[in-house]
Amino acid sequence: MSMQAEPAGAPQPPEAEPPKQDQAAISAGARQERRLGWLLCAPAVIIMLAVTAYPIGYAVYLSLQRYDLRFPGQAKWVGLSNYGAVLTSSFWWQAFWVTLFITAVSVAIELVLGMGLALVMHRTIFTRGVVRTSVLIPYGIVTVVAAFSWQYAWTPDLGYLAALLPSGDAPLTEQWSALWLIILAEVWKTTPFMALLLLAGLALVPEETLKAAMVDGATSWQRFTKVMVPLMKPAILVALLFRTLDAFRIFDNIYILTAGAQDTGSVSILGYDNLFTALNLGIGSAISVLIFICVGIIAFTFVKLFGAAAPGAEVKR
Amino acid sequence: MAAVGKTHATRWAVVNIVVVLYALFPVWWIAALSFKDPSTLTDGDYIPRDWTWENYRGIFQTSEFTRALINSIGIALIATVIAVVLGTMAAYAVARLRFPGKQVLIGMSLLIAMFPPISLVSPLFNIERNIGIFDTWIGLIIPYMTFSLPLAIYTLSAFFREIPWDLEKAAKVDGATPAQAFRMVIVPLAAPGVFTTAILVFIFCWNDFLFAISLTSTEAARTVPAAIAFFTGSSQFQQPTGSIAAAAVVITIPIILFVLFFQRRIVAGLTSGAVKG
Amino acid sequence: MAEIVLEGVTKRFPDGSLAVKDVDLDIADGEFVILVGPSGCGKSTTLNMIAGLEDITEGTLRIGERVVNDLAPKERDVAMVFQSYALYPHMSVRENMGFPLRLAKVDKDTINTKVEEAARVLDLGEHLDRKPANLSGGQRQRVAMGRAIVRDPKAFLMDEPLSNLDAKLRVQMRTQISRLQRRLGTTTVYVTHDQTEAMTLGDRVVVMRQGLVQQIGTPAQLYDLPRNLFVAGFIGSPAMNFLNATLEHGALRSPLGEMPLDNRMRQELERQDAPREVIIGLRPEAFEDAALSRQRGGTGPVFTATVDVLESLGSDVYVYFSAEGGPVQTAELEELATDSGARDTGAGDGGGQQIVARLDAATRAREGQQVELQVDTAKAHVFDPRTGVNLTHPETAR
Repeated sequence: MSMQAEPAGAPQPPEAEPPKQDQAAISAGARQERRLGWLLCAPAVIIMLAVTAYPIGYAVYLSLQRYDLRFPGQAKWVGLSNYGAVLTSSFWWQAFWVTLFITAVSVAIELVLGMGLALVMHRTIFTRGVVRTSVLIPYGIVTVVAAFSWQYAWTPDLGYLAALLPSGDAPLTEQWSALWLIILAEVWKTTPFMALLLLAGLALVPEETLKAAMVDGATSWQRFTKVMVPLMKPAILVALLFRTLDAFRIFDNIYILTAGAQDTGSVSILGYDNLFTALNLGIGSAISVLIFICVGIIAFTFVKLFGAAAPGAEVKR
Repeated sequence: MAAVGKTHATRWAVVNIVVVLYALFPVWWIAALSFKDPSTLTDGDYIPRDWTWENYRGIFQTSEFTRALINSIGIALIATVIAVVLGTMAAYAVARLRFPGKQVLIGMSLLIAMFPPISLVSPLFNIERNIGIFDTWIGLIIPYMTFSLPLAIYTLSAFFREIPWDLEKAAKVDGATPAQAFRMVIVPLAAPGVFTTAILVFIFCWNDFLFAISLTSTEAARTVPAAIAFFTGSSQFQQPTGSIAAAAVVITIPIILFVLFFQRRIVAGLTSGAVKG
Repeated sequence: MAEIVLEGVTKRFPDGSLAVKDVDLDIADGEFVILVGPSGCGKSTTLNMIAGLEDITEGTLRIGERVVNDLAPKERDVAMVFQSYALYPHMSVRENMGFPLRLAKVDKDTINTKVEEAARVLDLGEHLDRKPANLSGGQRQRVAMGRAIVRDPKAFLMDEPLSNLDAKLRVQMRTQISRLQRRLGTTTVYVTHDQTEAMTLGDRVVVMRQGLVQQIGTPAQLYDLPRNLFVAGFIGSPAMNFLNATLEHGALRSPLGEMPLDNRMRQELERQDAPREVIIGLRPEAFEDAALSRQRGGTGPVFTATVDVLESLGSDVYVYFSAEGGPVQTAELEELATDSGARDTGAGDGGGQQIVARLDAATRAREGQQVELQVDTAKAHVFDPRTGVNLTHPETAR
């Protein structure tokens, strides 16, 4: 489609020109290719802009107003005071630190477990299909379903896991034990995804390089740390970036497991509660914008600090 | 040497079993719950003592669940079709054409892939109420297809890139028009990739909870994950545990089927976009 | 079948770079022409322009009587064989070969007859219903050829069709392509980076470098009368040896000693107003073991060399030694060295210029020992180091 010979022969300057005349040198075929490219991308671009850029702008606008859905007639421009209210409230900071804690701990555990799982999937020969299939189930299962399963498992007088605890313990009603259970649910659900990304990275490590390291006298631990991990670094960083951003947005698991009780709410839960329980659109929007900024900072840090290459960033032809 | 090989094999077998148990146990547990009758619900057994379909009969008698199931299927399917069609167009352009602004498109999809959905919930909630699509299918289809577009574009452009350039050239020299080259060569080769992408996008839409509880208020558009969270027991004192478990199993079935039949494709699709685009 | 004529064909890419500059080429009906050169020389771009896969920036391209600059590939009626074969993986061998005919709306029976005929010629009969994935490399290559010949097109365009095959198969397929082309008599343009392929296959060979045609000629012309340093260094294996030399009193002073010039060469050099500093080119067969050569009445200057390495090929013996004096350095030779990978072997960095001589198998030369070699100066070429032009055979300059 792209290289087809359209009435070419766009008249060229007869003598070789300095490259600044590029624009004139674009042939009819290239122009047509360009137009087709824009045409094909336009619907996706328009939808993505309309459904994200416009609303986020609108959220910023809402966040600068006092806007309580119980009294919608009293909407009023209040500048940055919603942000002031959020940032000086202990609820925000509580939720913020809880979210950071859950994110950091679960991503760290997932990285270790995911690497182990990836190595298992990489090395297993006989039952590879079985292992991969079962590992995909946590990835594919609806988060709410998994969260209910965990909730029932830990509910006293109902669950098999609660039965293992001393009677009377209800782990989901204590802040710290509940946080760990949320992390457990999160780790269970998303480790397979991490493992699959790492597995793809493992496939990029040439078998011969590992053999060479073996001949050079490296122990298996050295082969892992000195050869595999450095070669997998891009894959690891991409997996970490994705999972960190994803974990920071945690909502479903907490909503089902504790509904944010006992100070286990994440920032997303806080935003949701302000919107739909307190019906305060102004404060809720301010929280939305703050979360957006946090995610932006995390992504920026990853890309700048670790040079995580965005997937598809370099498109080769 | 043989003895070493044997212990080696045993070790792998043990590891594999652990992995499989890890992955399947929570699923097994909720399935077991769904088959228990209320009297044995709290026995904590892994295998129901008295198997019963009671919970399933129960949920399928309420419009609360059946309506939600129809909503889930309809909304996820429509969003998937739209996202895959638009994604295919954009991905083909990204993989095959030279045009200014391509990097902008790639950057934008990456940005949206990282976007926190909660940040959109409050503005979308307000916008949708103002234009009258709150609590409708459209109201959910729009955010679903938007958030799955980056996934679709990445996965598909990775697939497109695997189709060798030369095939298109060969088709042209063999006398195909651009349209024929696309229809007779590119489409048949891209079909598996498109199908894989559709599965991934469907799983994504099927899975969503946040938009489903935020942008709906009645049975009109509420999907199963949201509906489950609003389940109540048949009496004030009865927990809806059995119903929730049964509903959970029902919406897990398509996922299990996808995973069983298309395991290889899903793995390829998930990893293709992520490692070296 | 048709002639193909390129007149001043130029390709400029959108970024402004020139890939092909002002190529003039007349390919006669039924001729087998090879485009050869190192990677990036513009040979594939030229082929793609003939196929219609790339726009022609300037100049005219005629196939048969028609100017085809503005025609889409499908209207040019040419067939192409790709380096990757570009077989359609979702179609069987039969469908692959019949695809061009199907597009041309030929009726089914005719397609079947033609495909089966082509399959018989290419010995693919039993594989017709298999998919390309189940074929070996050689079989895939033949399917690609088959897809080209079923159409009976005006011309075959082949883009390095053999470079994905292993060495042995490549030689066999080379012969088969040659035989097939002769039988069908279809005009063929064949692109390769392998000079051996170019020399063995083509009626005529076009040597290209950096988008410019260096020389067009029969294989023998290119070998015996290279127009410049680049062609001289590119054609021939092992490559021509080059030495720095000074032109003094009608003789050449070189690291191998003084070489007298015969009258023809002296006149030619005078006419060309040759500079004092020149480069001599000597093919490996310009040397002979002096002991053997004297018996046969050979003449020419004799010098002594210490053999570094000796390779015996049975019929011939290759002897490697170093000549004194710095290595010969020109842009052309640098490029050739990079292209052949000689730069990466680490050889030739220390000491003088490496020379290879092809001697009769009867030679007494031994590794590490000295040997007396005689040079046949009539076979020497003299190049201008600044322009690279061959001063001894300027009449070959078109």
